[in-house]
Amino acid sequence: MANVPEDLQYSAEHEWIDGEVTVGGEVTVGITEHAADALGDIVYVEGPALGSAVTAGEVCGELESTKAVSELYSPVTGTVTAVNEELAATPENINSDPFGTGWIFKVEVAEAPTELLDAAAYGELTA
Amino acid sequence: MPVRYTGDIAEHNAVRTSAGLFDLSHMGEITVRGADAVAFLEYALVGRMGAVGLWRAKYTMLCAPDGGVIDDLVVYRRDWDHFVIVANASNKDTVLGELRDRAAGFQVTVADESLAIALVAVQGPRSEAIVTAMISRDADNIGPLPYYAATNVVLQGDIHAFVARTGYTGEDGFELFVGADEAVEVWRLALAIGGDALAPCGLSSRDTLRLEAGMPLYGQELTRETTPFAAGLGRVIAFGTDANPRGDFVGRAALEAARDAPPKRVLVGLVGDGRRSPRAGYAVTDAAGTVIGEVTSGAPSPTLGRPIGMAYVAPEASAVGAEVLIDVRGRGEAMTVAALPLYRRT
Repeated sequence: MANVPEDLQYSAEHEWIDGEVTVGGEVTVGITEHAADALGDIVYVEGPALGSAVTAGEVCGELESTKAVSELYSPVTGTVTAVNEELAATPENINSDPFGTGWIFKVEVAEAPTELLDAAAYGELTA
Repeated sequence: MPVRYTGDIAEHNAVRTSAGLFDLSHMGEITVRGADAVAFLEYALVGRMGAVGLWRAKYTMLCAPDGGVIDDLVVYRRDWDHFVIVANASNKDTVLGELRDRAAGFQVTVADESLAIALVAVQGPRSEAIVTAMISRDADNIGPLPYYAATNVVLQGDIHAFVARTGYTGEDGFELFVGADEAVEVWRLALAIGGDALAPCGLSSRDTLRLEAGMPLYGQELTRETTPFAAGLGRVIAFGTDANPRGDFVGRAALEAARDAPPKRVLVGLVGDGRRSPRAGYAVTDAAGTVIGEVTSGAPSPTLGRPIGMAYVAPEASAVGAEVLIDVRGRGEAMTVAALPLYRRT
């Protein structure tokens, strides 16, 4: 079973969100261990551009593994305040440490999202 | 066969540098036995099965009357009147039905033994040492075995196996045909002998290995709409010569016409300098954006460290070194036409 940390929130598209999800707050976004395991060895990540606007539930980038390509969705609406530049050289961090060094981008939340899941609900979704 | 056991790239690299273990029991095994086995196969398949020696293997194809590829096959000659045909799992029932239809009038028995025969492959530079060590009797036969040849051996645990030096990875390697009841024991034996030098490998690494090695996959490079010529595999068809004529076989007239006509499209290799990979179905375009072909397979190559692929393109765009664009989800990625295979073992 893939790890689902209790202190994070989740989207149905398999992103995790760390931080206070309130208007004006900054959250960190990545993909879950479940999603990383399903994709296999990730070799390329294209996150949203720094300063760009992202919308909850919409595509904001892509992830590519040897086996497959997957779209990256933003779980929240807001402005991108940081992108993980290290992933360009070490995309495998998403596989080895999806909830840590494998973080993908940070967003200043502009709208409070309505459809996030807690760890228990996400765990059920992927059980 | 799972997509992966541990990780796609580690499994891929194990086969390139050491050895990998594949459970290919999903593949179809169809046996042909009887006095007319050779005459029947010469009629049913595009290759000359009569020219295949005892305990030798041949890569061949089953084509439709219109020349389209129904499946690509490896045929093993186990006795003078006994052949084993390995077909793609998804095509097995179609192949079986076609062979049975074509067997009318021949003294042969065409049997589906897919559930009785298990297939385990050991592939990679250390495969010879591992397979040799798995054998309790006739182990000396493995080292001298030529590519596409096979032999009968007895594995530890008194397991009888038909071992062929064949594979789908671009490396040296072996495929072991054993009884389905013994497959688990053979798998465990291989892991016990191979130890850290042998990695269980899944479907994902199997696909990137064969792609680097320029080997076609049915459903991608080969389809009912493809003749062997378009795929660059016209050599698998034996039309016969004046000195050594060959009788009729299914698809002959259409394949002769395809041989003599200029090709409409050509299978090529692709290599890119970027990070985004071509994938099956993506359009190949010229610099002006005009579609000139379609990608059939693609992936980030673990061995080459860059995106690779195979594509059907118009003949005028098929020269090695030609620059093309691949429409990777709306954005053009520059790639160069490269000779197949994209990887060749040294």
